[in-house]
Amino acid sequence: MTIETQPRTDIRQVEYTVTLDSKTPTGPIQDRWDQHKFDMKLISPANRRRFTIIIVGTGLAGGSAAATLAEMGYNVIAFCYQDSPRRAHSIAAQGGINAAKNYRNDGDSIYRLFYDTVKGGDFRSRESNVYRLAQVSVNIIDQCVAQGVPFAREYGGLLDNRSFGGAQVARTFYARGQTGQQLLLGAYQALARQIGLGKVRMHTRTEMLDLILINGRARGIVTRDMTTGKIERHVADAVVLATGGYGNVFYLSTNAKGCNATAIWRAHKRGAYFANPCFTQIHPTCIPVTGDHQSKLTLMSESLRNDGRIWVPKKIGDKRDPRDIPEDERYYFLEERYPSFGNLVPRDVASRNAKAVCDEGRGVGPSGLGVYLDFADAISRLGVQTIRDRYGNLFDIYEKITGEDPYTVPMRIYPAVHYTMGGLWVDYELQSTIPGLFVIGEANFSDHGANRLGASALMQGLADGYFVLPYTIGNYLAQTKLEKVSVDDPAAREVEAEVNQRITNLLSINGKRSVDSFHRELGNLMWNNCGMARNEAGLKEALRRIPEIRAEFYENVRVLGEKEAINQSLEKAGRVADFMELAELMCIDALHRTESCGGHFREESQTPEGEAQRDDANFSYVAAWEYTGNGARPALNKEPLNFEYVKPSQRSYK
Amino acid sequence: MTGVMTLYQTSIGKKVVMAVTGAILLGFVFVHMFGNLKIYSGPVALNEYAEQLRYLGKPIFGHEQLLWIARVVLLGAVVMHITSAVQLTMQSNSSRPLPYSVNTRTQPAYRYASYTMRWGGVVLFLFIIFHLLHFTFGVVGYSSGQFVNPHGGVYEVYNNVVYGFMNPIVSIFYIAAMIALGLHIYHGTWSMFQTLGISNEKVSGTLRGFAAALALVIALGNISIPIAVLTGIIGLS
Amino acid sequence: MDLRLRIWRQKNKNTTGKLVTYELPGISPDMSFLEMLDVLNERLIEQGEEPVAFDHDCREGICGMCGLVINGVAHGPEVTTTCQLHMRHFKDGDTITIEPWRAKAFPILKDLVVDRSAFDRIIQAGGYISVSTGGTPDANAILISKESADAAMDAAACIGCGACVAACPNGSAMLFTGAKIAHLSHLPQGQPERYDRVRNMVQAMDAEGFGGCTNYGECAAVCPKEIKLDVIARMNGDLIKSTFLSSGTRKMGPNATRNGK
Repeated sequence: MTIETQPRTDIRQVEYTVTLDSKTPTGPIQDRWDQHKFDMKLISPANRRRFTIIIVGTGLAGGSAAATLAEMGYNVIAFCYQDSPRRAHSIAAQGGINAAKNYRNDGDSIYRLFYDTVKGGDFRSRESNVYRLAQVSVNIIDQCVAQGVPFAREYGGLLDNRSFGGAQVARTFYARGQTGQQLLLGAYQALARQIGLGKVRMHTRTEMLDLILINGRARGIVTRDMTTGKIERHVADAVVLATGGYGNVFYLSTNAKGCNATAIWRAHKRGAYFANPCFTQIHPTCIPVTGDHQSKLTLMSESLRNDGRIWVPKKIGDKRDPRDIPEDERYYFLEERYPSFGNLVPRDVASRNAKAVCDEGRGVGPSGLGVYLDFADAISRLGVQTIRDRYGNLFDIYEKITGEDPYTVPMRIYPAVHYTMGGLWVDYELQSTIPGLFVIGEANFSDHGANRLGASALMQGLADGYFVLPYTIGNYLAQTKLEKVSVDDPAAREVEAEVNQRITNLLSINGKRSVDSFHRELGNLMWNNCGMARNEAGLKEALRRIPEIRAEFYENVRVLGEKEAINQSLEKAGRVADFMELAELMCIDALHRTESCGGHFREESQTPEGEAQRDDANFSYVAAWEYTGNGARPALNKEPLNFEYVKPSQRSYK
Repeated sequence: MTGVMTLYQTSIGKKVVMAVTGAILLGFVFVHMFGNLKIYSGPVALNEYAEQLRYLGKPIFGHEQLLWIARVVLLGAVVMHITSAVQLTMQSNSSRPLPYSVNTRTQPAYRYASYTMRWGGVVLFLFIIFHLLHFTFGVVGYSSGQFVNPHGGVYEVYNNVVYGFMNPIVSIFYIAAMIALGLHIYHGTWSMFQTLGISNEKVSGTLRGFAAALALVIALGNISIPIAVLTGIIGLS
Repeated sequence: MDLRLRIWRQKNKNTTGKLVTYELPGISPDMSFLEMLDVLNERLIEQGEEPVAFDHDCREGICGMCGLVINGVAHGPEVTTTCQLHMRHFKDGDTITIEPWRAKAFPILKDLVVDRSAFDRIIQAGGYISVSTGGTPDANAILISKESADAAMDAAACIGCGACVAACPNGSAMLFTGAKIAHLSHLPQGQPERYDRVRNMVQAMDAEGFGGCTNYGECAAVCPKEIKLDVIARMNGDLIKSTFLSSGTRKMGPNATRNGK
């Protein structure tokens, strides 16, 4: 096995190849999905049982897709790395799910949700996809209520809504602070029903380690049973990846510890294009890091910024108790720099400014990576009880983790990675560039452009799983002549041999450093050089360093334990190995996209006020990267973006 | 009937059996205690009460007929109560093959009763046997000539009781058994409300209070008698 | 902080395990309990000893993956998940005993990792509403009182971590099963299958080898989501009702007959 450890110094000479066909329908945008549904070929109910579909991941997207396809009559084999499909990280979403129901009579509509999402994505998403998302959003709520999702209600018995993420309408449905959990349990219950009925064969504690292609089509996967260590081949008529995002490249993120990019990265290396890998979203209000031991970051709802004032000490290195720092020695940097929006500037602006003041040495807390979010003014203005009613549960979470009482001591917050808009490239039918490989949920790049709006991730996951994929996969299966394949196909055996080789290699290095230490090093590099704000020098530096880290990893990593047993170090090693390759692609993408847009902020491209400056003339496209072999430069393929309905405009928050 | 059997096969069904039989036994224990308190009205009242019990249900039931029916029902209830308890205990024991090396209870002290149900039940079973041998058959705890068996048609129940409790060891055993009964009734009654699905968030506090009051009344009512004998408040007639 | 840890080490399902003592100096009170174990594992790797296996994922108290019995208490001294427990609740010099969930229905796979798939099978036996995707009425077509929605949500907050089973001296899964039944039975959508569901789920629960309930209340005392014992009473009541109703005889889940589907 050859390991790619040489720096790619020539990354600026990327190759421009084909223009991708997204199979986007034409005609009036309101009719496109309906027309497309009619145009797609169907498989009759009686014939569906002849087809088997593999689904990897059982979060909102994968779980809903597995349940729905099984209900339709397909045979489904589903996989998750957790011990139960109920635990996928969709469960951690707090705020809510958007739907264009207009239950509040405040002027919401499918078109408005579509408009907000395209604009929020900073004009880097596909209009047709976004419109479809807004269309099916209303069905999602109906479906979830029928499943028994206990959404918040008003006294009259109707569903309650709240506004979220700066939207001017209240279209967010929620179940206390646990909306993601409740939606996932809805999908999980539907999935459990199909498992009970024998229509879904569920493999828990099993992770996908590679994709099997036969005659150019995705026909199966190679997995490792994480309990026994057994490597297995599974074949089917189509493969669906619903494995979530890759925020854990940064080591510290709000993702679950197990979230990983191995499935999509292996698919990428087998031919699936990776779109916009540099589009990552940073959330401004997370609980800061306390030390090197930190293993993950916890998000606090953005709503805190409605009443909290963000500040740092004016004096560099001021270590006084925040309550002893007089008013005139405090720097309310958002209020001063953005007088009209103040503390309520968008996520990316707030995050970048917090990082900037910390870089100047004004950061607070033991690590110096934090800013105060102070409720003292709000408490004296509104009273403790009002603040408790609004934010009580968030204050409790904060106190549990930090041991500090935010009613008396200012909270400390710092931005953290929590969502990746990039992912495997898919067409309108959610099919990747590998025929028969479908990608849904956060794992694909599709609907959020360069920035995702709050309460839209849950919506997209369920839209893909319940209402889009179940139609489009049928179209593929109906049109494709699929020869019979078995797990003993030579192609499948070959992939398994490669997987075994990789595992044996990781176990045999027996160096000195733990997997986590490499992951931390990589994460730190990515956070500093490909995080909130990026520049050419930093990205080039990262591109020089990543191959060095990777080279050391393959010489000096220590993975103890056995292959054929539970081995959490081995699991992590495989994932980190893939993160190290993906990190490089993220930097290449970030370097090539010299404009700023949404979550991607290039310091070279900003307005005089310091806002993200898009370059629509040169970058109004999806960058879909093609793997061209070990050590070779990835090839850039472009899918041009056309905005027929929502015309691109510049954001301003002054 | 198949539905009832299906129910019984579940662990909850066995709990239902315990709840229903427990309720029967609880009713008996309460009436028994209430009857016993006639001792404070003097020997005539208590002896008459003992005699009249034989004519319970008159005129529909003949001499001792209803009493025997009650005895059969009670015996059946005891057997079913114990059988279910043994089955549930075995199920529980097998469900945790290896114990924790550190055992910590998180529950407040008033839930102590819940941890004494099984051994407390065994103690009560042994107590019932003693109690029958003692007050019913008079074969233990008496010096010769003290006990008069009512089967002879002479009702000297009052003196039987006083003689019985004049033995301090017997009295202490009775008092200890009544404390065990109180704990058993407290947790058992509340459990019954849980098992029968009567409890919910709104009423559970009230039901707990009711269980505690019932346990207290039964235990104290019974305990008062040996204490009254030992302190001389009640003497031989 | 310097700690002494006594940790259950067990190679696999088929071997017996034992408590092994580790000295762990230099722990920060800001660490979470699992981060403390991360530090231990890093040091074990340094020494060439295999790290301790334990389950964890989201580390923000919602996925239900983590769960350790800490000094005899499931999830440790605070009423929260193990991942949300922080070391400031311990003292310098403490000895901490860490064991896995212990129950016949939760076999130990390795060290502190147990197999909780029994919970999934209980849900598969009926812990759902049989609606397929599509064809559902408008979400506001059926009114649900706020009280019912809140009661359903209280029960639905269960994260399926298994602490209730671990804490129960009987190894009973009544709180978990009762929570799912209560969640669905508080909603109008859950009514058509209410009595079928309870019977099928209770039977599945017993078949997995969990113990019966004797109302100790240990389960509710350690539940990180503070599920109340009332869900158990509700399940009991529903099961009794199912016995006397003509409905409640359909087999759901893996036992479903073809036309029962």
